[in-house]
Amino acid sequence: MSQPTRTPIRVDLQLIADMVQPGGRALDVGCGDGSLLAYLVNFKQVDARGMELSQAGVNACVANGLSVVQGNADTDLRDYPDSAFDYVILSQTLQATRAPREVLGQMLRVGKRAIVSFPNFAHWQVRLRLVFGGRMPNTPSLPHRWYDTPNIHLCSIDDFRALCREMGVKVERAVVLNRNSKPIHLPPLLSNLIGEQAVFMLRRD
Amino acid sequence: MLEPGVFDDLTDAESKALAQCRHAVLGTERPMRLDCGVELGPFRIAYQTYGTLNADKSNAVLICHALTGDQFVGDSNPVTGKDGWWDSIVGAGKILDPARYFIICTNVLGGCLGSTGPLAHDPANKQSWNLRFPVVTIADMVRAQAALLDHLQIPDLFCVIGGSMGGMQVLEWAASFPKRVFAAVPIATAARHSAQNIAFHEVGRQAIMADPEWKGGDYRLHDTAPERGLAVARMTAHITYLSEQALQRKFGRALQNRDALGFGFDADFQVESYLRHQGSTFVDRFDANSYLYITRAMDYFDLAAAHDGVLAKAFKGSATRFCLMSFTSDWLFPTRESRAVVHALNAAAANVSFVEVESDKGHDAFLLDEPEMFRTLSGFLQGAATARGLRSPR
Repeated sequence: MSQPTRTPIRVDLQLIADMVQPGGRALDVGCGDGSLLAYLVNFKQVDARGMELSQAGVNACVANGLSVVQGNADTDLRDYPDSAFDYVILSQTLQATRAPREVLGQMLRVGKRAIVSFPNFAHWQVRLRLVFGGRMPNTPSLPHRWYDTPNIHLCSIDDFRALCREMGVKVERAVVLNRNSKPIHLPPLLSNLIGEQAVFMLRRD
Repeated sequence: MLEPGVFDDLTDAESKALAQCRHAVLGTERPMRLDCGVELGPFRIAYQTYGTLNADKSNAVLICHALTGDQFVGDSNPVTGKDGWWDSIVGAGKILDPARYFIICTNVLGGCLGSTGPLAHDPANKQSWNLRFPVVTIADMVRAQAALLDHLQIPDLFCVIGGSMGGMQVLEWAASFPKRVFAAVPIATAARHSAQNIAFHEVGRQAIMADPEWKGGDYRLHDTAPERGLAVARMTAHITYLSEQALQRKFGRALQNRDALGFGFDADFQVESYLRHQGSTFVDRFDANSYLYITRAMDYFDLAAAHDGVLAKAFKGSATRFCLMSFTSDWLFPTRESRAVVHALNAAAANVSFVEVESDKGHDAFLLDEPEMFRTLSGFLQGAATARGLRSPR
């Protein structure tokens, strides 16, 4: 077979992919159309599997030769044995789970490491819309309206750090991205204001 | 061609089948121990092949047939004259292309199209086994297939694939011989036969045994056959292969060759006529005793039971790549049965894909033209072939 061509993937997915060591095992929870999975399989020689809520998404992934099952982050991570994967990945999905703390706990049980990306609800645009607009925020990373959003557990970067402390989870890496999806290097208080989304790599302490 | 003494007294169907396929006599040096404790041997497995085994023997695909299937998966059936039962998948330019894969399909142990079953002679006394044939299991069928692979000197399979009872064999293969299975595709199947499915099979068996021509299974000695019983068994089973929507869409309440109800018990309705036709054509190609044995094998199948009741244990440490498929309108092997297998495979951290295909065609969908199934199968096999280092044809 010819070498797969390297098509660019979403910036936050690329960041996650860069955190994954080649050759390991990874589970992508909420893998969507499978673009991160395909990248991990083709360019990092990772034994990568996916779990996706939508059956249409699953079927598309499997038709592309990816290993994906239909499943729900809230209920189906329980099936997997301890430390089955080197990485369990959850990109832009944590805020849509019913019990994010449980999900994180399961991710760190099933995986040696967890990689999580999420939109920052304390981004300045969000703050401005709510404080001065008086309306629920509607931004590029939070495009839904209040009544049709799947996001039921939004948090800020600082909230997430606090949860990690509470759970006794070690933050190995934290990358904060600005509006243009460029990594920024600022003190926590400013990160929480300027960052539009964040990618965390966690480990059981 | 056929070994004299061991396999005489073939039925017409067996003779026609064996003339159009290969067969191997196995268990000659050492008999095969069946789950029931009986040592069987020698026994014959009839099989068909397509394509060529490559130099490093890495392209073998085993297709496992369903209850009333046979080894003629990709070429015309010599008994019925119909196309191969999975002609849509097996053939030049198709998903399982003989230019790429060495495809093997065996008639199962207990079958009636060339492999040893109740029709065969007991080597001990040269009499037809009939009901004295030992009850075989899905695991026995798989052991016989493994013995055939040994005979053919094929160390392992690129893929084992099958639907319904074929899917049970796939699961058994993956559990019993994980190192010999690179990829496994169990379709529209379950890790155990449900109470409802056992119940339907029992109705079919009772219909056969209630036919006075069955004669305790020795009908061939009396030069007769329980055709009515076997036809009723098939009619019942056939309903379970279709969905309510499919039956309604196909027939509704339409009348058969008449404008008004006949106020009698002829086949007034098209659906009756259709079922009668299904029943009467089935008896021409299938043996009643074989039907009893194979339905029993399915009933006995319970993969978890053989592993302390924990299905995940059946797949512990498995490196096989799995792809499961189910169909939304299949009520014989509903999606939840496949999902139970997926849960177990996840619990074993196995490499698994699972697709539920939207279809209103019921259990039979796996044999029909289902583009979503074809896409899934094609993508999965392509991914597995790449991982296996198999080159594309040409």
